[in-house]
Amino acid sequence: MSTSTAEPTSTSAAPADKSSNGAPRRDGYEPNMVLATQTFDVVGTRPVRHDGADKVTGRALYGADLALAGTLHGAILRSPHAHARIRSIDTSRAEQMDGVHAVVTADDLPEAEDKLVDVGEGDTRLSYVHGNVLAKGKVLYQGHAVAGVAARNQHVALEAANAIVVDYEPLPSYMTAPEAMAPDAELLHSDLRMKEFGEQTDKPSNVAEHFHWTAGDVAEGFAASDVVVERTFDTSTVHQGYIEPHNVTALWNHDGRLHIWCSTQGAFVVRDVTSKILEVPVSNIKVTPMEIGGGFGGKIPVYMEPVAALLSRKTGRPVKIVMSREDVFTGTGPTPGSHSRVKVGASADGKIQAMEATLAYEAGAYPGSFVAPGGMCVFAAYDCANLSVDCYDVVVNKPSSAAYRAPGATQAAFAAEQVIDEIASKLGLDPVDFRLRNAAKEGTRRADGPKFRRIGCEEVLQAVRDHPHYAAPLTGPNQGRGVAVGFWFNVGLESSCTLNVNTDGTVHLVEGSTDIGGTRTSIAMQAAEVLGIAAEEILPEVVDTDSVGFTSVTGGSRTTFATGWAAHDAAQKIVAEMRARAAKLWSVEADQVQHAKGVYSSNGNSIAFRDLAAMSSKTGGPVSATATVKPRGVGGSFSANIVDVEVDPETGKVEILRFTAVQDVGKAVHPSYVEGQMQGGSVQGIGWALNEEYFMGADGTMKNSSLLDYRMPTTLDLPMIDTCIVEVANPGHPFGVRGVGEANIVPPPAAIANAIHRAVGARMQRLPMSPPAVWAEVAGS
Amino acid sequence: MHWIDYYRPSTLEACLEAFAKHGASARALAGGTDLLVQMRAGRLANNVVVDVKAVPELNEIRYEPGIGLTLGAAVPCYRIYGDPTVQREYPALIDSVSMIGGTQIQGRASVGGNLCNASPSADAVPPLIALGATCRVASVAGEREIPVEDFCTAPGTNALGEREVLVSLNLPAPSPDSGACYLRFIPRNEMDIAVAGAGVSVRLANGCFDSGRVALAAVAATPLLVPEAGAALGGQPGGRAAIAAAAAAAKAAARPISDMRGTAEYRGNLCEVLTRRALEKAVERAGGTLG
Repeated sequence: MSTSTAEPTSTSAAPADKSSNGAPRRDGYEPNMVLATQTFDVVGTRPVRHDGADKVTGRALYGADLALAGTLHGAILRSPHAHARIRSIDTSRAEQMDGVHAVVTADDLPEAEDKLVDVGEGDTRLSYVHGNVLAKGKVLYQGHAVAGVAARNQHVALEAANAIVVDYEPLPSYMTAPEAMAPDAELLHSDLRMKEFGEQTDKPSNVAEHFHWTAGDVAEGFAASDVVVERTFDTSTVHQGYIEPHNVTALWNHDGRLHIWCSTQGAFVVRDVTSKILEVPVSNIKVTPMEIGGGFGGKIPVYMEPVAALLSRKTGRPVKIVMSREDVFTGTGPTPGSHSRVKVGASADGKIQAMEATLAYEAGAYPGSFVAPGGMCVFAAYDCANLSVDCYDVVVNKPSSAAYRAPGATQAAFAAEQVIDEIASKLGLDPVDFRLRNAAKEGTRRADGPKFRRIGCEEVLQAVRDHPHYAAPLTGPNQGRGVAVGFWFNVGLESSCTLNVNTDGTVHLVEGSTDIGGTRTSIAMQAAEVLGIAAEEILPEVVDTDSVGFTSVTGGSRTTFATGWAAHDAAQKIVAEMRARAAKLWSVEADQVQHAKGVYSSNGNSIAFRDLAAMSSKTGGPVSATATVKPRGVGGSFSANIVDVEVDPETGKVEILRFTAVQDVGKAVHPSYVEGQMQGGSVQGIGWALNEEYFMGADGTMKNSSLLDYRMPTTLDLPMIDTCIVEVANPGHPFGVRGVGEANIVPPPAAIANAIHRAVGARMQRLPMSPPAVWAEVAGS
Repeated sequence: MHWIDYYRPSTLEACLEAFAKHGASARALAGGTDLLVQMRAGRLANNVVVDVKAVPELNEIRYEPGIGLTLGAAVPCYRIYGDPTVQREYPALIDSVSMIGGTQIQGRASVGGNLCNASPSADAVPPLIALGATCRVASVAGEREIPVEDFCTAPGTNALGEREVLVSLNLPAPSPDSGACYLRFIPRNEMDIAVAGAGVSVRLANGCFDSGRVALAAVAATPLLVPEAGAALGGQPGGRAAIAAAAAAAKAAARPISDMRGTAEYRGNLCEVLTRRALEKAVERAGGTLG
């Protein structure tokens, strides 16, 4: 299943004169390119998405749309302080207000046992999850939930929340990793002891964990280098910025069964974490995932679900809570700000001799900043024998950080890819050529140990080198072109899928992966490919946790890869059953029946899938199959950008003139959605690069917690994002699929920084590269 | 739960009576793009809303050659930039009303409301000051006129008395050989608040600046008229040197703060850059050259 090619020939199924979404081409827009040779019947085509009609007609049901009879409305009281001890909480006035039905605080939660809990993409201490849901004893960030209220309506609930009197004793707050790491910094958690090199120490610290990975001898490598560049970098806290705020409705029935409806990337995560927090068996909790308006990793954690559940238990009625945008910014996990140092040495022949990085990431209020994947990715694109990577996971007084699209990797690439670019310049080498000379390949050992299987780093860089964008002339002063490359993983975890064959020849597909990126369709297409029927003849449905086998979180770029694999396996079982049914019809053995493209045949007899399905009642009854997978064979993805910018040196404003995203996706099951992922990741990366930041006041509170002042890019700030899909099949997957959704956010800030440097000579070592920051750098240089 | 009384008078007299009766507890509702947001955020204590969209005097656009433009305080932006006469005579006003908010906001938001909201960053205000506009203010006790540059008194507060209403803005007819422009700086290309803004007008005569007015947004507690910048233009040859002097005067007059939208130093720089660029555009609109 090798499908690699570096020939930039377009095999895109999109009409030549249209962009992938059918919109008229804008001036200067090149059609998207797909670099591949292997084609399938369904995989690789662009059918209309199954959930499209519901989405465009507004009929898709989101959590905020849910209105159960007798619903009470909830509100969360949040901390105004970045760090404070809670002396007391007086809820009496709120409880006496007309229309208020219940108030809960951390005292209503069961005591947290000291044990680990799987929160979707890894384990954390249960007490931390507890503490983040409702603060106990201390608040650790502005926005930290302190109490919950259920009332007749939302207005009463908000008023009652504000009538709760909390006596705070403010404490010093720490907003960045270096501040919190200072020797005299007060501890956020009195019981936190640093874990170092995998061992639990007894050192009290705000550093939750220190990792160190090394290979070869970096001192020797730097000694052998003709050029060494070392720089430090800082990035601001940024939010995933999903448009739909978190929401939940919970109903704790009198029979002890708890039903939760919410917007989540993992219905089973919500079930299992809520079960641990509330000490209720998983079998007593049913989670119905509503349609989800964006997540990007930020809708994996559990925030309000246990609170709504407690309020429902107290009142006997459904309780619904919907966050405001300010709640989302201050009360949910952003991605860490970072402080890093990167040092790289290369010899005059253009070979990298040594690479060294120190990364310190802000975990927020509780440990777990994704600094480790940052350290795994920082030099992943390079084949270098001498490596040293230190990572520090540091708690600070900001919201507990959550996953955000390739969590940890973008900050690392911002640092590493600028140093790489500077070395290429000093050696007089083209930046793509320099990267190609040192590109990671099959067998390259990463800093953290594992060796790459077949990867597409070189092919991606070749596609960059050969792309017409890379050769196009710039058109004016203060313009510059930058490139960067980045890596992100693909995880397997666990998935389930059931296929039920209908007598009209269609197939209902039942799955548990909440759909945040068009995965209903990409999963259905893999079943259709195996069954030899059209994608439209598969009817996918995402169901509640009672109605499908366990399925891990939609995250880690795993859903098309792993749940698609489950669909593939279930479809193979259906094919086997259909061969047996046909064999029965023709009185032959099943192994004498062949299947190709949805037609079953044997000795001159043949019957189409649809006709065979119609006869299921006569051939043995309903046809149905379930498959569960825990796949290995994951395929990580490399992504690169070419970006042209123009800088106004008088104002520091950076205009993105042209942007091309190139990514190895293994096999693009639905190229339009893959292009959408590449464009979406690019746009989020551009926002992160240019304007997005948690702007914190001296008191540790966020000053820009609205979409007006937290500046994500609008369509008017962006050019068309051109895409180039490279397909180096993942040998570990039946269709060669790699994880696609995340790697695309990794290179944009670095590529834009490199472009700014080439445009005006300023080396931007801090994100965001906002107009004041760029102006200060240009004016100072 | 707070209850709010809502009035919708259809005459100016009834409107003034409502304010006479309710005083400080009443707020005028035109487009509501600031008022409703602030009420929802709990930032206002009013319990009476007087919808002024049915009062004829607050909703007219009338241009009389030689006299000028009467712009009702509640006229929304889209009507202003859709008016051919305003497009022809007051391009600087068009600059500002077509950049406030997005299309939906422009369908509701009014210049009068933008002024009454008294935000230092209001985009409609500097061009009004540059164009020499005055405010017609009325109450049951009578009427008075206030120059726009004296209307805002601090962030969020204005010169209106408790019972007074802003009826209209009166812009003098532009003289021949005059030109004006408003420019602002925002980090994005749309849907943003000015980090700084510059509204300017110039009158040319015989290759010289006859007079000029420069007003700044978002660099002081109120929109700021900079007489020194105008003085740097008056009587000077109409070239880049005078423009540079005016831009430097604008920067010197600015008293910006550092906040999430930019540092004081950066805002000072923007005053100079925007004033220069706006003056260059105003000269072009006046039919002049930069030499």
